[in-house]
Amino acid sequence: MKSFLLDGERISFEEGETILQAAIRAGKYIPHLCFHPEFRPHGSCKLCTVKIAGRQSASCTRLAAEGLEVESETAELNAERLLLTQMLFVEGNHFCPSCEKSGDCQLQATAYHLGMTSAHFDHFYPNRPVDASHPEYLLDFNRCILCSLCVRASRDVDNKNVFALAGRGIATHLVVNARSGKLGDTDFAATDKAASVCPVGVILKKGKGFSVPIGSRTFDKKEIGEWVDTRLKERT
Amino acid sequence: MNTLETAENPEKLRRIAIDPVSRVEGHGKVTLLLDEDNRVRQVRLHIVEFRGFEKFIQGRPYWEVPVMVQRLCGICPVSHHLAASKAMDMLLGMEKLTPAADKNRRLMHYGQILQSHALHFFHLCSPDLLFGFDSEVAKRNIVGIAAAFPEVAKKGVLLRKYGQEIIRMTAGKKIHGTGSIPGGVNKSLSKEERKALLGEIYTMVSWSLEAVGIVKQLFESNREFFENFGRFDAKSLSLVRADGAMDLYHGDLRAREIDGKKIFDHFDYRHYWDVISEDVKPWSYMKFPYLGSLGPDEGWYRVGPLARISNCDFIPTPLADRERREFLEYDDGRAAGATLGYHWARMIEMLHAAENIKDLLHDDEIEGEDLIARQGERAGRGVGVIEAPRGTLIHHYRVNEEDLVIRANLIVSTTHNNQAMNEAIRQVALQYLDGREITEGLLNHIEVAIRAFDPCLSCATHALGRMPLEIELFDCEGEKLSSASRSSEGIFLAQ
Repeated sequence: MKSFLLDGERISFEEGETILQAAIRAGKYIPHLCFHPEFRPHGSCKLCTVKIAGRQSASCTRLAAEGLEVESETAELNAERLLLTQMLFVEGNHFCPSCEKSGDCQLQATAYHLGMTSAHFDHFYPNRPVDASHPEYLLDFNRCILCSLCVRASRDVDNKNVFALAGRGIATHLVVNARSGKLGDTDFAATDKAASVCPVGVILKKGKGFSVPIGSRTFDKKEIGEWVDTRLKERT
Repeated sequence: MNTLETAENPEKLRRIAIDPVSRVEGHGKVTLLLDEDNRVRQVRLHIVEFRGFEKFIQGRPYWEVPVMVQRLCGICPVSHHLAASKAMDMLLGMEKLTPAADKNRRLMHYGQILQSHALHFFHLCSPDLLFGFDSEVAKRNIVGIAAAFPEVAKKGVLLRKYGQEIIRMTAGKKIHGTGSIPGGVNKSLSKEERKALLGEIYTMVSWSLEAVGIVKQLFESNREFFENFGRFDAKSLSLVRADGAMDLYHGDLRAREIDGKKIFDHFDYRHYWDVISEDVKPWSYMKFPYLGSLGPDEGWYRVGPLARISNCDFIPTPLADRERREFLEYDDGRAAGATLGYHWARMIEMLHAAENIKDLLHDDEIEGEDLIARQGERAGRGVGVIEAPRGTLIHHYRVNEEDLVIRANLIVSTTHNNQAMNEAIRQVALQYLDGREITEGLLNHIEVAIRAFDPCLSCATHALGRMPLEIELFDCEGEKLSSASRSSEGIFLAQ
């Protein structure tokens, strides 16, 4: 079987696998937010950036190849991942203390993993009203990190195209595909894949917040690296 | 009402400010205006920060509110957590909780009463009471108490710790947990947690009883002083249970006249605005609530331990009820109307909380698994009222059909006591400062009167990060390495 080196450790891979996919299968965690094992990679959050022969590359989109020497767990790369995470926190309104996704949030868990203790940068405090028009689900755009997982799930699995990313650059934002722009005017349903794929606290089932006690939430029990490993094993 | 609220010619008077008032939660200041003979002409307790919670929870989903609003405070966040939860119970038609949910919420609340009362008495007030109001200022703190009265300090710290452990077990965290949710709770006490708490509860009951004894002894040692310090007459307001018993978690509103006559009784708090109104004054961010039928000048009242002990017909736990009767009968009821009587009443409530916790821990339903009530008919608004450690706490929300909060009103315990605190400090100013040279010890008398109410100024308004602060860094030899300070205007100086 073909293999490459990840931080000096030999990782085998199958033809067509990316570095991140092969690493996760081998039980090696590379921080990531926009990657999900059930969807085609998007390569947008850049947290999974690794170094190959002195050049940086997103490991979720870079195909594994025989003999590659990949660096991931280095002080330099983790410092950059931390900066990226801090920027995600200040671009939106991420108030963990009152967020119902706290303890179940991949952004928060990644921040803990990277040792983030403050946002470092000045907050943007964008004005993003929530969309509560749907009877069962609420959209809190304040917490969107533009991972596009809901876009991909709605388009590729649900065949509905309820969500899209609009705008460019810093103005990029999540929109709902309805003339009114409201979720209540779409055919979004609780059974949609898009309803359960959000890694942060944007797409929320109404009236269910805080029903799991502190101590029993996803990342109370597992560090995110271990959770990624378990999620893959449960799928296979 | 006292006439010292506004002086006639303030521009000609000398101004003294106590800024900040220390050993209270939050930031407030007192201003005194004195004439050339040092006669007191004006005394005001100002609350100088602005609380924006009513505004910034607008547009948020209702189920987030019990967790978000408790950030008002770090001392008794459980009160806000539970008052908001009760409001949301009403909103969803889920006011009839399951026995397990009701008992776990009560356990959380009485754990908080225990820890907050212990914190207030031992950490914040015992330095004044045990050393004297004008004792050496450098020792007038909990560290000084630990050195001079190590047993008292130890029991105070451990009582508080026990209350905090109850909160951790029921809410998930000692501060700002998530245990109470609309319609119930998200966990009940586990067998192991219950066993651990039962192991210490009898010690806590006995230490609470001792604490009542400490205050009683203080009154005995100087009865006239303790009964007359900052004394003023006031009406009282609190929740009482259907049978007139003290119930700090739930009940109806009762208000009494100064002579004990009931102004109203068993008033359904879900319509509190029919009996309570709020007045605004230009010199304070804190509102002045009053009984609407009596108007702002006559309708102000006291809340908190002193009001509750006098207002209820009995306390439904034996040791605390025995102490309540002794307190009410002491010197023909003089102690029950004294500003420093708050401390005595507070320790009786701490004893009641400990006894209540003991009873709840002996009830098997505390481990029950049915945690959420069945949803009933949805209302457009929710009102939740609870007796927080400092007094009656009102949360009122309107929620639209999309589940978002569109309006909120919070009347917190300290706000109810606004006029009463102003009355107390005006009395103290007349009793101890009028016509005398002002010293630090005399100014502390004013603070002692404020502290008796256990005010939570950051709940009543909300600090926006301008708390005056001084930090000094010493090496292990005691040599000062550096210092920094921030003034109340927010000016930061590093040296």
